[in-house]
Amino acid sequence: MTDVLKIENLHVAVEGKPILKGVNLTIKRGEIHALMGPNGSGKSTLGFAIMGHPNYEITAGSIHLNDQDVLEMAVDERARAGLFLALQRPVSIPGVRLADFLRHATTNVRNPDRKEGEELIPMREFRKEIKDKMNHLSMDMEFARRYVNDGFSGGEMKRAEILQLAMLQPKFAILDETDSGLDADAVRLASQSIADIGGENMGLLIITHHDKLLEHNPPQFAHVMLGGKIVETGTVKLAQELHTDGYDRIRKAYPEAAAAELEMNEEEVSPAV
Amino acid sequence: MSASTVTEVEGFSPAAFDRLIESRNEPAWLQELRQSAFDTFQSMSLPSRKEEEWMRTDIRMFHLDKFAVPEQVKPEVELPLGVLRQGVDVGGSIVSYNGHTVESNLSEELRQQGVIFGSIAEVLEQRPELLEKYLLTKAVDPHFDKFSSLHAAFFTGGQVLYVPKNTVVKQPLHALSVLGPGGVDLGHTLVIVEEGAEVTMLNETASLDNKAPGMHCGAIELIQHPNSHLRYINLQNWGQGVWHFAHQKAIVERDSTLYWTIGALGSRLSKVNQHVALVGEGAYCEVNGVMFTEGKQHLSYHTLQHHEAPSCRSNFLYKTALQDHSRTVWRGMIKVDNAAQKTDGYQRNDNLILTEHARADSIPGLEIEADDVRCTHGATTGKIDEEQIFYAQTRGFTRKEAMRAIVIGFFQQVFDRIPLESVRDALGNAIASRVREYE
Repeated sequence: MTDVLKIENLHVAVEGKPILKGVNLTIKRGEIHALMGPNGSGKSTLGFAIMGHPNYEITAGSIHLNDQDVLEMAVDERARAGLFLALQRPVSIPGVRLADFLRHATTNVRNPDRKEGEELIPMREFRKEIKDKMNHLSMDMEFARRYVNDGFSGGEMKRAEILQLAMLQPKFAILDETDSGLDADAVRLASQSIADIGGENMGLLIITHHDKLLEHNPPQFAHVMLGGKIVETGTVKLAQELHTDGYDRIRKAYPEAAAAELEMNEEEVSPAV
Repeated sequence: MSASTVTEVEGFSPAAFDRLIESRNEPAWLQELRQSAFDTFQSMSLPSRKEEEWMRTDIRMFHLDKFAVPEQVKPEVELPLGVLRQGVDVGGSIVSYNGHTVESNLSEELRQQGVIFGSIAEVLEQRPELLEKYLLTKAVDPHFDKFSSLHAAFFTGGQVLYVPKNTVVKQPLHALSVLGPGGVDLGHTLVIVEEGAEVTMLNETASLDNKAPGMHCGAIELIQHPNSHLRYINLQNWGQGVWHFAHQKAIVERDSTLYWTIGALGSRLSKVNQHVALVGEGAYCEVNGVMFTEGKQHLSYHTLQHHEAPSCRSNFLYKTALQDHSRTVWRGMIKVDNAAQKTDGYQRNDNLILTEHARADSIPGLEIEADDVRCTHGATTGKIDEEQIFYAQTRGFTRKEAMRAIVIGFFQQVFDRIPLESVRDALGNAIASRVREYE
């Protein structure tokens, strides 16, 4: 049976302020979905809510991975169940080498029932695997010896996220602007990499402003988020249209959502006025 | 010892002092040293919080009269081996229990090279002139305060390491001091490294019972002659009922290097003065401090890097993690004399506060009289970033595993500077086992 990630009527608030106002989205494993929308429309919020960030309060709705209630699970349980979020701004953990971090992560995700303190996957086995993956991604082994995201350039952080995606092989991955901060060549490489590491075996939710990331990962579905809701779903053509023409048509077609967007962004905008 | 001398003798009274002198057949110079220190001890009261050095360290609950000069007793249980020598091929080892040496050995090879490693009493017999020259004369001042004078007047156990000229000792030497419940340790460590010599010493402490009261009032003296190289590793792992007072001083001569690692994990309360004097041109000293406190522990470290000669470098890095209601005080001073041009001094203290009620005070300081110097210092205090925890959790780490990784990562910068695997492991394991899951 194909794995399914199902989000229904999801409402999410941050510090009491509603951000998502009823999101419905179903992703089957093997599908690629593009999530587009103007800044502040709630795209990243959806990613954090799926993964269980403590600051994102679920006020209504549900998320299910097959028949498992995701909202009942701790963040790490979600990761072990096969969910992955590539962060738009990955966090640095000074003093923790990327290779050690990933060995621990890979062990936990592959052995979801592992208890703390139990053996990690053997070093030799792990080293061989990460070396292969890094070669494949044209990454130098030296990179794995650096501390997690510590002093990484924007591009290096994104590549480190892709490496982690490649090692963890989740069922579903949310890639939150994994292309931002990259130049055109780097985006092409990232796009190629995601396709190479078996993106086709995952359900992908690609949050992006650009169409380049979608080049090697053509979505079956493109969704537009506005004012905390998915207002339109189409094909890859919709993604291309939005990339070329922007969101004016969408705002006109969905005046209620556009008004909500305006209201949501007011606080951020007003100081500059 | 005859039955009549076993009668109750009060703590550190004149009677106790007389008895100590009588029971030890020591040379006149040492008796005089003890007597002069005892006079100072009697003339001083315990420090109070009115004094600058003790403002943040409250010892009103410390009652000296509850402790006494330790008797030589046989430990009733097998003593631990110590964690620093795990997997290490040591050239010699000394174990003491309640301030008396119970085991002392040195490899024949090192003995033949002229290396001396033994208890103070042993070395007093073999090489009294060495002790007369160096013991409490060059480095630690017996008259500095109540505790240094108490130590100098009453010290019993301890160890001496002497490395002759141009001798390179490859195998580390290991010393372990253990306290039994209610025990007192007044141990002294004296290390003398002659010109061109090189050695590593592992020195650690432990208690049989982590909760039992105890007292340690000790001193460490490291004497380095020109172009000598010393790695000194000091792991303070007393039980959490132990009062720990110590004066530690290194004298580093021309072109010498000192790598001094301090792991401070134990004790109920610590007040340690760590002092490095760079007295010869081109000397270098690196200090790595790792502290992890919990419960109601209070650890106070006062460090002084004193540049007395030109073109010396000093580099002090202390990293501290705190949990529960524990508290640390780190007061660091770089002092540069007028003569010490071209000094390069650095000191840093980073604190990671793991729970709401822990508190770390960092007071870096500079006192510079030369004009052509470079001195930098810094201190940071912060909490674990929840975003770091979330990030690690999204990769399958439990919250506790994430915290442990983050805390160990915090110390990694110090570990990166420690080349001995057994030391990194001992500190790493101790830290990992302490980290809990915090809200």
